[in-house]
Order: sequence, then structure tokens, then C-alpha cells
Amino acid sequence: MIRILLFADLQEKMGKDSLAYECDSITIKALKEQLKTAFGLFEIDHVMTAVNEEYAMEDDIVKSGDTVVFIPPVSGG
Amino acid sequence: MVDSLYEIVEEPIEVNEIIKKVERREAGAINTFIGTVREWTNGKRTMYLKYQAYQPMAVKMLQKIGAEIEKKWPNSKAAITHRIGELDISDIAVVICVSSPHRKAAYEANEYAIERIKQMVPIWKKEHWEDGETWVGDQLEKVAYPEGSPDVKDVKK
Repeated sequence: MIRILLFADLQEKMGKDSLAYECDSITIKALKEQLKTAFGLFEIDHVMTAVNEEYAMEDDIVKSGDTVVFIPPVSGG
Repeated sequence: MVDSLYEIVEEPIEVNEIIKKVERREAGAINTFIGTVREWTNGKRTMYLKYQAYQPMAVKMLQKIGAEIEKKWPNSKAAITHRIGELDISDIAVVICVSSPHRKAAYEANEYAIERIKQMVPIWKKEHWEDGETWVGDQLEKVAYPEGSPDVKDVKK
């Protein structure tokens, strides 16, 4: 199971702050496609992704047990 | 040292406490940046703000910025605290302190820190305007990255 955390507008759109995705391994790119298809979460094309608290690339592979966080454009400061 | 140099907090920030974290006998300068909540942005009035963070990663990224600073400006020391939750106009959202033997490095490193925060620390601001609310995507009040998608190269270097 891959744990997915949502923040900011993604969290509001989904109405929840986390999702569980059953899968052994998948690229971030493919995971994003799945979420677009399943939930119409098209904003996900414009966000960065972090895996286990580090920024990751679209072609990186996430595995069961990992925490994936979608990071909308940040606006701290 | 009891206090951590890089923190995300929900309580009001005491500026002097952050300054104290970077005080050193070898320092000849301490530069302090205080980021506050602005009421008017391009003619729109903010009533209050809400900040949200992915806390463990935000702290990690602040630590990374600190490490970058120590590498780029040897003998400098940084401390950064960002507040989250609901903030009113003029409340302090972020405090960055940098000490260094000579002032130029402290000024430069401090500006570098805030630019990096706006680039890569997972903190989000929700503006509550007079007439609605928006999650802000960057400081120009846009909701997407300038090129349509983020540049991961900037944050992984």
C-alpha cells in the first residue's frame, strides 16, 4: 500500500487529507494518471511530488510502504 | 543547544529568541528578516491568512537551506522559524536570522533563505479576502508555476 498525503487545494478538492493506494510499485507519472482517471484530479499535473519527505522526479518509482506527497506550488514566507 | 535552529510553530514567534540562536562571539553582524501578513495586495484586501505545512518535510527543507547557507557563506549561522495556522494582518509569519563575521554575508544569506523558502519549503498560504478565499500559488497570487509545471531541478540541487 502506498500512502498519499494531500495539502492545500488538492486536499480541499478531495475532501480528505490522505489516500491509500493498493499497489506494489508504480512510477509517479503513472500514479498521477491513475488519480486523474479515478478522481478527476487534473491539478496534479502542475504539482511537485515528494517521496518519503524528499522531492522526486516523474520517472521515479514508488513502492508499497512509501509515503507520496503532492506538493502544490508553495507559498510560505 | 536545546532549541532547534529550524522550526515550524503554531504560536506567535518571539523574534528575540530566534536572534539568540545565532549569537556567537565570532559574529560581527546578525541580519534579521521578519515576514509579516500584508493587508493589501494589488488592490485586494486580506482579512486574515491561514498557513498549512507538511511539517516534517518543511523542517527538513529548512535544515537543507541552512546547510546551503553554511556552504555558500562559510562561518555564517542561520535560524529560521515559520508560523502556521491562522494569522491576522501584521502578524509575523516567518523570522530568518543569519549571523556572520562581516555584514555582507549576513545580508546576502538572509535574502537567499527567503527566496529558497518560497521555492521549496512545503508551506501553503490561504488568503481570506473580503470577497472570497484562495490558496496562493506564489507571491504574484497565481495558482500555478510560471512554466505550467514545477522545475524539480531547482529543489533537488
